[in-house]
Amino acid sequence: MIKNISNLGDAALYCDFGNEVNKSINSQVIKYFKTIKEKKFEGINNLTPSYNKLIISYDLKKTNFKELKNYVENINPENSIDITSKKLEIPVCCHENFSMDIKRLEEILKLSKEKILENFLNKEYFCYMTGFIAGMPFLGDLDENMRAQRLETPRVKVPKGSVALTEQFANIYTFESPGGWNIVGNTPLDVFDSSKEDKPNLINPGDTVVFKEITLDQYKNYNEQ
Amino acid sequence: MSNNYLDIIRPGINTTFQDKGRDHLYHIGIPFSGAMDNRNYLIVNKLVNNNLDSAVIEFAYQGPHIKYSGEKINFAVTGDVIFSIKKKDTEIEGNCYESYQIENGDEINIISTNKSVYGYLALGGEFDLKFQWNSCSINTKANIGSNDGKKLDVGQRINLKKINSNKDIKKTNYINTKIENIRVIKGTNFDYFSEEGKKIFYEKEFTVSKLSDRMGMRLEGPKIDNIVNTNIKSEGLIKGVIQVPADGNPIIMLSDHGTIGGYPKIGVVASVDYDRLVQMSPGSKIKFKEINLSDAETLFKLYEMETQNLLSQI
Repeated sequence: MIKNISNLGDAALYCDFGNEVNKSINSQVIKYFKTIKEKKFEGINNLTPSYNKLIISYDLKKTNFKELKNYVENINPENSIDITSKKLEIPVCCHENFSMDIKRLEEILKLSKEKILENFLNKEYFCYMTGFIAGMPFLGDLDENMRAQRLETPRVKVPKGSVALTEQFANIYTFESPGGWNIVGNTPLDVFDSSKEDKPNLINPGDTVVFKEITLDQYKNYNEQ
Repeated sequence: MSNNYLDIIRPGINTTFQDKGRDHLYHIGIPFSGAMDNRNYLIVNKLVNNNLDSAVIEFAYQGPHIKYSGEKINFAVTGDVIFSIKKKDTEIEGNCYESYQIENGDEINIISTNKSVYGYLALGGEFDLKFQWNSCSINTKANIGSNDGKKLDVGQRINLKKINSNKDIKKTNYINTKIENIRVIKGTNFDYFSEEGKKIFYEKEFTVSKLSDRMGMRLEGPKIDNIVNTNIKSEGLIKGVIQVPADGNPIIMLSDHGTIGGYPKIGVVASVDYDRLVQMSPGSKIKFKEINLSDAETLFKLYEMETQNLLSQI
C-alpha cells in the first residue's frame, strides 16, 4: 500500500511504498500503476513505476496536487486488474568480445569467470521496472555474493545489447548509451523496437527473465535464422 | 511528390522538429521531449496561422540556413534570434515576433540566438513528417520521432504537405525577459544534504556548464555536500528535477531526460520558470529561490494566463 503521498515539484505526485526493494512491494506499485493507467484520469501525463515508488506527473493546466492526491488515495487496486506476466528467455553471449568487465568482477567478487556466469545464468529474474533509456529492464535479484558497485567512471558508449550487472540488479542496454554498469555479455535480441508503437518493450514490469548462454557462432547467426 | 519544400543549406548545430511532445511513455523509458520553450513554440505557430500544436523547427545557438521552393508561404521566428531573409537581389534583417511572406527561391538564414539557447522557426502550413506516438518531436538519443529521430542535416529536403490559405501578416511585441532567480520547490531528498549544503543551494550562485543539452543542464559552483547517501534506489524523474550526484554539482533534468535516476533530488524547478530556465546559455549565472507548492501553482496560473493573453492578441 502507499505509505505516503507527497509532491515532486508542482506537477507530480510522489507515491512512496517504502524503502525496501522486493517483489511484494514492487507488485503493489505495478498494481497501482496499471489501475490508474486504465482509468485514464484527465490531466495525468505520465506514470513511472519503480522499485518502491510511483511518480504520477500531470498537466498543471488541467489538475493539481490536491485534487490528484485525493483521487489516488481513494483508488482501490485490489478490486481491479490482475497482473499478468510473461516468462522470457534471453540469449546472451559471454564471449570475451562482449564481457568487458568480467575481469573487474573477478577481482571485486573474488570469484572466477566460470563461477560468476554459473551464478548469473539459468536463474529467474523479476523485472521491477523499465526505463532510464527506452525499454531498459531492471531485473533482480542477483545472489548476495554477486553484487558489485557501478564503474567509478561510467563509459561514454555502452554497446547496444550489453547485459550488465550492478548491486542486486541486471539490465540490458537497449541501444548504445552512456552507462556505468559491469558488462558481462551481449544479447542479439532487440529488447526495444520503436517501430512497434503499441508494444515497443520486449520485457515489461512483472515479467520473469532467464538468461541462456549462447556461443559466439550462435550469436553471429542469431538474426539470420 | 510535394511542390513546396525546404532545402537545408546549413543545418545549424542542434536543429530538430518539435511539437507538444509525447506523453504516457515514461513507464517504458521514453521522455516527454517537445519544444523546450513552450511559450515561444505556441507564439510562433500563432504568428503563421497554424494550429498551436503544429510541428516547428527548433534550433539551438546557430540555426539553419534554408532555401524555400514553392508557392507563397508565411514564416515567423521567435526567441531572441538574429536572422536574415534573402529575396532575389536584396537581403534584409528579420525581426522576431513578426511574420513574413516568402516565395519560390527565397532564403532564410538563422545566424544565431542572442544570449539565449533556443529559437523557433515556423512555416504557415504543415511539414510532411512521420509521427511516432502522436508526436513528431525528435529525440536524438533514442532516435525516436520524425527524420528517423536525427538532427536535420545538410542537403536535406523537407516537404510541406499543406500551405495555410490564411496568409495574414501578424506581429506582436514580446520581449523575452531574463530572470535572476529560478524558483524551486524542495526536493524529496532535501534532507540528504548538510546544513551548509542546503545554504549553498539557496544562497550561492551557480554557472551553467557547457555540458548542457536537451537532456539536462549541468551546473558548476560550490559543492553541495551529501551527508546521507549519494545514491538512492532508482525512481522516476520529471523535467525540472535537480539531482546532485556524488561530485556535488547539480544537474537539472530537461525535456529529453532519462525517465528514472538514482541520484538524490535536492529540488524541482517550478513550472512557471521552466521556459526561461532552458534559455540560460553556458556561462549564465543561476540562483535558486525556494517557494512553496501553493505559490508555485498560483504563479503558474498567472504565467499561463499571460501566455493565453499574448496568444489572443496575435
